[in-house]
Amino acid sequence: MMAHMKKSPWVIHYDGSSCNGCDIEVLASLAPHYDIERFGIIHTGNPKHADILLITGSINEQNIEVVKNIYSQMPKPRAVVAIGICALSGGVFRECYNVQGGVDKVLPVDVHVPGCAARPESIIDGIVKATAILEEKKKKMSEEKAKKEVE
Amino acid sequence: MNLLYGLAYILAAPALGGLTVGLDRIITARMQGRVGPPLLQPFYDVAKLFEKEKAVVARSQNLFVLAYVVFMAFTGMLFFSGGDFLLVIFALTLSHIFLVLGAYSANSPYSFIGAERELIQIMAFEPMILLAASGMYLVTKSFYISDIVRTQVPLVLLLPGLFLGLLYVLPIKLRKSPFDLSTSHHAHQEIVKGITTEFSGSTLGRVEIAHWYETVLLLGFVYLFFSFNPLLALIAVALTYVLELFIDNNYTRFKWALALKSAWLVALVLGMGNIALLWYYMKGL
Ligand code: SF4
Repeated sequence: MMAHMKKSPWVIHYDGSSCNGCDIEVLASLAPHYDIERFGIIHTGNPKHADILLITGSINEQNIEVVKNIYSQMPKPRAVVAIGICALSGGVFRECYNVQGGVDKVLPVDVHVPGCAARPESIIDGIVKATAILEEKKKKMSEEKAKKEVE
Repeated sequence: MNLLYGLAYILAAPALGGLTVGLDRIITARMQGRVGPPLLQPFYDVAKLFEKEKAVVARSQNLFVLAYVVFMAFTGMLFFSGGDFLLVIFALTLSHIFLVLGAYSANSPYSFIGAERELIQIMAFEPMILLAASGMYLVTKSFYISDIVRTQVPLVLLLPGLFLGLLYVLPIKLRKSPFDLSTSHHAHQEIVKGITTEFSGSTLGRVEIAHWYETVLLLGFVYLFFSFNPLLALIAVALTYVLELFIDNNYTRFKWALALKSAWLVALVLGMGNIALLWYYMKGL
């Protein structure tokens, strides 16, 4: 019953303030060459169908609302994977006047994928790590639900 | 009418349809030089969808999607228990209308566009399948599937135009390129996700189950053309499906006007042409 979260993680990706390098690597890992469908991963453009949000680039004044909006539309359990140094801390854009910093300024990040740019292999690894976290979150959800029913 | 076959369909079609879709994803992957997901991936996906949070945009959408699944299963039951072909066609349309209503009940431009395109797709599909039913009636003198399936006449040889026409419009219902306008499969996107944009979790899972039912029903249509020889018919059904995958992987999406025009043109030329020729031929006899 519990293993399904892990077997079918659908992803959506968003690119914040970045040089685009990481986003291109994300697209590369979603393309046929790396065949992420082996893991049941499907790239969806619709947050309502997604389980994992991949974010590259840093958070700036303008995209705070966008990122929050995407995340809030994803049904639980959901996970966030921050990809690249920009998404970790702001990276080279850290000192810019409009940049707030990494993704964890606005969203609870579950997995950080290192690299500038992050490699497709490590991005896929990050997604697979996130699936395990999804599974845990699902467990917590069911436990809470059971508790509520008891009360 | 044989209700037993109908009940067998209700029980077995989701499993059969799910496996077909699983094979579809593997074959598609191989065509693209990939390994692809496990065979049971569609079942994992739907199981996951049922485990997700129930986020509902408008309450009525759940009711409509439920009606969509129920009517789809009912349509298939009518078909497999040997019911009236015309009734099957209109029941199929009705079930899709429920899906359209479900998409309209959310206040979202994406699902509106998807719903409108679904209506256009229904319009594109209908003439061809109605002509196919009429052609079968001309040969077998019955609209009942139970009579059509028992005929010893090789329908495909008498109705080649109708068969080719059916092959042409089949991707509309299978949600495959070049006709995956209202929504699409695999990782494809169309104006976000068209008619299914606002469905998530178990609601989306139900849409997928309805699609499994529908896939088996559509392959049943193909079977009818070869029903004089069941073994040959099963082979023809398998080959047809692989052909549709081949088309899916080799064509880009059509614009809606082209999809509609070409489907009607095919129905007019191949469908009507076939029926007219057959009619004259039978008069001659
Ligand atoms: S981490 Fe490096 S490669 Fe990635 S977006 Fe930032 S600057 Fe570009």
